[in-house]
Amino acid sequence: MAERTIIDARGSFCPGPLMELIARLKFGAVGDEFEVLSTDKGSASDIPEWIHKVGHELLDTREEAGVWHIALRKTK
Amino acid sequence: MKILIVGGGMGGTILGNNLARRLAPELRAGKVQLTMLSASDKHMYQPGLLYLALGRMTPDELYRDQASLLEPGIDFQVDPVETFELDQNRVKTKSGKTHAYDILVIATGSRPVPEMTPGLAENAETFYTEATAVKMFKRLHAFQGGRVVVAVGVPHKCPMAPLEIIFMLHDYFKDRGIRDKVQLHYTYPIGRVHSLEPVAKWAAPEMDRLGITYETLFNVKQVDGANKVVKSEEGTEAKYDLLITIPAHKGMEVIEKNKLGAGGFIPTDKTKLLMEGRKNVYIIGDTTNIPISKAGSTVHYQAETLGENIAAIVKLGSPVREHDGKVFCFIEVGKDRATYAQFNYTTPPDPKPPTKAVHWFKMAYNKLYWTTARGLL
Repeated sequence: MAERTIIDARGSFCPGPLMELIARLKFGAVGDEFEVLSTDKGSASDIPEWIHKVGHELLDTREEAGVWHIALRKTK
Repeated sequence: MKILIVGGGMGGTILGNNLARRLAPELRAGKVQLTMLSASDKHMYQPGLLYLALGRMTPDELYRDQASLLEPGIDFQVDPVETFELDQNRVKTKSGKTHAYDILVIATGSRPVPEMTPGLAENAETFYTEATAVKMFKRLHAFQGGRVVVAVGVPHKCPMAPLEIIFMLHDYFKDRGIRDKVQLHYTYPIGRVHSLEPVAKWAAPEMDRLGITYETLFNVKQVDGANKVVKSEEGTEAKYDLLITIPAHKGMEVIEKNKLGAGGFIPTDKTKLLMEGRKNVYIIGDTTNIPISKAGSTVHYQAETLGENIAAIVKLGSPVREHDGKVFCFIEVGKDRATYAQFNYTTPPDPKPPTKAVHWFKMAYNKLYWTTARGLL
């Protein structure tokens, strides 16, 4: 299993979880896995929507104790 | 104790002055040494670049001699670090000197990298350096009409810049009497017009009112300069006559070369401001990988927290408080109105309607900044 980079965006209002994910993906390699932690419930829909639109691979979305975990693999 | 600050930008300067005051007796007694290493003998007021691009400031207004901003107790040297040897608690500089430290603070900042996006540097105007801001001013000055597109890369310094430039361009062309010949089109990387939801909720209808069109979920993939088209990662395109970009940023090259963090951004604990895995290396400002705004106010408040904590380490043996993530950003909404957003790690912003009073306060702050850098405001 590839090593997974955790992006702890809990409590991030600006740039916020999705923008932080987009930024971190730029500095990763194809095949790298990332997991975003967000306390913004909008992330549960916004981030998977963007992942599908751009074509990365969504691995998992789950909520634990008020924190959304969205995992993906960079595909390009 | 040897305290070494690497970087003479806003963060390093505020921190250095803060420490020099707090530790004045220890510095006089020779118990503490405070050294700052910088790549430049000049200090730039970076927010002024926006005004320079629009002909409302001139280059000379952006600079002061760095030494003139610093307290006497600081040993300031223009000699950039080339090698960080963190396991040995020392750095090596361009001139070949070695500096040992007990506490290291890295505040080297970030840099625009439009060249990361194919076609962007060659075909877009931007205002993140003096040279590009002057070039953009000349291009705007000669522009007589057409479609202006604002394209935003991530991560970027100054999260309010995309909104500020689009609203200021509206007034700029209106004042020149050619607003009816200019179409303004704004794009943004996520699903609303700004990362801060309350700001986005206010800004979108304001754009509607001013006749500014916008497209969200637009991440710049490449620019086709021959056909004047900017293409997004999401598969859409925007045609332009004049392309203006808020370019993506990276941390400084020295951070990447020393493998301290991906993209030149160093993994940092957001409340302790300590580099991950280190007990005596602190990171502030754009150099961190903390998901917080890359903005002057961010590092201003971090520097104040860290100044208090490092002084406490010297005097009491341990830091005394955690950082709360405070950010305060002015938002220029054209040539004569402004508002602001203030928030921290736990409290979201609640921006108020723009007023002339806030705009004039921002104009005053453009001058007052030099007192902030000196640690007085």
